[in-house]
Amino acid sequence: MAASDRGIGENQATLASADAESAEWLRTLGGSGAEREAAVERLHAILLRVAGNEVRRRAPRLRLSGPELDDVAHQAAADALLAVIAKLGQFRGESRFTTWVYKFAVLEVSAKLGRHFWRDPGVPLEGEDWERLPGRLGFDPAERSEWHDLLAALRRAVDEELTERQRQIFVAIVLKGVPADAVAVELGTNRNAVYKTMFDARRKLRAALVAGGYLDIGIRGRS
Amino acid sequence: MNGWDELDRFLRTDPRDVGCDKAMELLHVYVELVARHPDAARERYPGIAVHLRACGPCNEDFEGLLAAVADSI
Ligand SMILES: [Zn+2]
Repeated sequence: MAASDRGIGENQATLASADAESAEWLRTLGGSGAEREAAVERLHAILLRVAGNEVRRRAPRLRLSGPELDDVAHQAAADALLAVIAKLGQFRGESRFTTWVYKFAVLEVSAKLGRHFWRDPGVPLEGEDWERLPGRLGFDPAERSEWHDLLAALRRAVDEELTERQRQIFVAIVLKGVPADAVAVELGTNRNAVYKTMFDARRKLRAALVAGGYLDIGIRGRS
Repeated sequence: MNGWDELDRFLRTDPRDVGCDKAMELLHVYVELVARHPDAARERYPGIAVHLRACGPCNEDFEGLLAAVADSI
């Protein structure tokens, strides 16, 4: 993967150029006394609103009850508040202060839902479930003869080309449908490391399928 | 989309992909740019744009932050 985009790090405005509203947030949160307390309270209210909206936005795809969703929103807002205050010095005026703050709320919601998954996974963790893959990919069961060899080759490549770690993560995400963040929690790692492992696995698998003539073959087998 | 296209799309990797950490690090900057000039955002941060297309969890966070920014405008 690329180390970074050109331009990353080149867009850091100085605080002097932060907009007036952002500057006011920094001044009050960095201050003391009643003014700071009021600012912290306002900040918390904003974080709670954003976290609540984010939880509701994701709710249709979650198996969580109303009180559990509220709980996630409140915890996310509380942790985001601590994080924003601890990292105040890291705000560089590259965006509005509120946008930077919203990010903490959204990422906290995301992290909490990743951990929540294992309380009621609803996913049997044994077995590999290759049978569900054709359906997930959109292969027509009636045309099994056409895709059977492709998926057999994919399964062979998973067994033969991937490292144990790559295989473990591929199986969890692709065959069992476990969210990547939940996989990261289970393996004691983070989203970035899981993505990197999957990235390398995807590259290897595609190369194996191309080499075997199953993908990227132009006319043959696609009609 | 048929199964071949879907599998090919899923397995295809892009060397410009910056990964999750870099994408999340600049998400607040990227989102503001997307809200104003989507094309400029993709042009300026191709590695983030590519990553968000390939990474479900990061894209979900991106959608959430974009919704929060849109709400506040
Ligand atoms: Zn990602």
